Amino acid sequence: MSILDSRITRRRFIQSAGGLALAASPFATTHVFAQGAPLRVGLMLPYTGTFASLGNAITNAFKLYVAENGGKLAGRTIEYVVLDDESDPAKAVDNASRLVNRDKVDVLVGTVHSGVQMGMVKVSRESGVLSIIPNAGAGAATGPLCAPNIFRTSFTNWQTIHALGKVMVERGHKTAAWISWKYAAGEEMFGGFKEGYEKAGGKIVKELWLPFPNVEFQALLTEIAAARPSATACFFAGGGAVKFVKDYDAAGLKAKIPLFGNGFLTDGTLQAQGAAAQGVYTTLHYADSLDLERDREFRLNYAKTYKLQPDVYAVQGYDAAQLLHIGLKAVKGDVKATKAMIAAMEGVTIDSPRGKWKMSRSHNPIQDSYLRQVVGEQNKYVSVAWKALEDPARGCRMA
Amino acid sequence: MDPVIFLIQVLNGVQYGLLLFLVASGLTLIFGIMGIINLAHGSFYMIGAYLAFSLTRLHGNFWVALAAGVVIAVAIGAALEWLVMRFLYRRDHLYQVLLTYGLILIFEELRSLVWGDDVHGVAVPQGLDFSIPLTDNLSYQTYRLVISAICLAIAFGMYWMIQRTRLGMMIRAGAVNREMVQSLGIDIGLLYRLVFALGVALAALAGMLAAPVSSVFPGMGNQVLIISFVVVVIGGIGSVKGALVAALAIGLADTFGKVLVPQIAGMVVYLLMAAILLWRPQGIFGRT
Repeated sequence: MSILDSRITRRRFIQSAGGLALAASPFATTHVFAQGAPLRVGLMLPYTGTFASLGNAITNAFKLYVAENGGKLAGRTIEYVVLDDESDPAKAVDNASRLVNRDKVDVLVGTVHSGVQMGMVKVSRESGVLSIIPNAGAGAATGPLCAPNIFRTSFTNWQTIHALGKVMVERGHKTAAWISWKYAAGEEMFGGFKEGYEKAGGKIVKELWLPFPNVEFQALLTEIAAARPSATACFFAGGGAVKFVKDYDAAGLKAKIPLFGNGFLTDGTLQAQGAAAQGVYTTLHYADSLDLERDREFRLNYAKTYKLQPDVYAVQGYDAAQLLHIGLKAVKGDVKATKAMIAAMEGVTIDSPRGKWKMSRSHNPIQDSYLRQVVGEQNKYVSVAWKALEDPARGCRMA
Repeated sequence: MDPVIFLIQVLNGVQYGLLLFLVASGLTLIFGIMGIINLAHGSFYMIGAYLAFSLTRLHGNFWVALAAGVVIAVAIGAALEWLVMRFLYRRDHLYQVLLTYGLILIFEELRSLVWGDDVHGVAVPQGLDFSIPLTDNLSYQTYRLVISAICLAIAFGMYWMIQRTRLGMMIRAGAVNREMVQSLGIDIGLLYRLVFALGVALAALAGMLAAPVSSVFPGMGNQVLIISFVVVVIGGIGSVKGALVAALAIGLADTFGKVLVPQIAGMVVYLLMAAILLWRPQGIFGRT
């Protein structure tokens, strides 16, 4: 990040050098908007640590959309202020304040980690800066803490797994064991699953939890075998997901007690999971081999630009840029016209690579939840598990 | 609890404990004999896992990759000792903590540069990629049993080396009185380099063996670092026998903690540590 730091430092120098001249000028205090003046987008995302690949995918796709529009959105050149949040909640408030107060970003985009997101939401609510969440699924951000200036282009944890219960019951699995990490996201996922599964007539016969990020699953796999449910539902992600899927298969459980989960179980790590993941069903708002023109076009452009295949995180980053563009177009690039911009972004329909989705009143996507199955190294689209699934946004005053 | 399930849980606990022993044994050597607090131990575990990933890709045979990985780890260990560690023996523990913490950051960054931030998997060695049925719906992965056997063999080998060989005698003597050993004409610098390299190799070996059943991912070393220190402290600093007993106790406590008291599963191991340290502050086999 040293290149970045030096850039920011240099800018600070120029600002302070110009400070004297500006002090006497009315331009320094009143926000006079000049057509073509750069719009500052703060990208506060993880670029190191476990979530680095997610942060990079979101950044890549955001920049791809801007580049596709000639580097400008609604006539404004986009200037990025990039900050590595290290997925460290302890630094979240400081980092977000730095972008808003010191670097004077016009829009705050981020982040991946829900704990960091809570810090950013606090800063967004206090400063009123327009904020777009491209991943973190903490329900509170569009629930009890929802705010007019905070939008999300990804999902709530609840939303990713709510449709799974219905899918499992339809496939004849009336009893299930649940296993996940015991932390905020895991508990929100469980809430979403339980609600959907019990409503569909299923019964959770065993709840199993591990401390986050423990990956010693053997003891709990033995418990699943002893409880004899018809199927297992779970939430794991990243390295832990790979190990869980492999251990579940090696313990001989997969053939007897089929494994289900939300998409994070198998997204981005299928190469590492190999044969163990074959046939596993998951739900998520994106899938490989979606038959959509918008998706094909996006995937091709992304692959051409970055020599990488895009994933669900890239789609969410791309949509964050699309959403910003819609807001900016409505006010002809004048980002200070916050009210008009928010009005344009509310209730908008985004033509996303994941399929069209609508912004809910709590500022979270109302989107289709897809059922996918692992085939080879793809999360292959099977069907729409739940059409236009909307987060209940409990506790949000705008909903 | 059903008796069959109970026995399977005991097996789970012992198997986890043996793997913990393998990771912690290198730490207890370096900590107990050289007096170095090596926070970078988890990084060596991670490097081992990534080496297993790269070397099995280069050469299909897992065991050849394992042997090559151990050689590389010994070289890394010896080089690090020569480059930085040897300047710290006479210094305060704080310097060691700072330096080895710095090494963690360096190794994480190097890992990111060399291997990227993706999660990888390593295939279970050919011939061992099957499971033994235990009950009608639960099987046990053969490779896990093989890991346990290797861990036991290493435990025995280390005990024999330290207690029964001339090299072990020199290592033990060096731990007690560095100057005296030196004045007897033994090259203590070389001896320490050897011990450090061995400690690094043990951590890397643990990472390599665990790679097929675990997965290979950024930050994996940090997860084992703390539990390794717990093993070393409970067992008694520098005691290989103590590390084995402590690792097995932790393996069983962790397993049954998750099953019987899931609400506090994350604390069980630390409660055990607190209880043992209240009873014996120097650890089970530690000298006062």
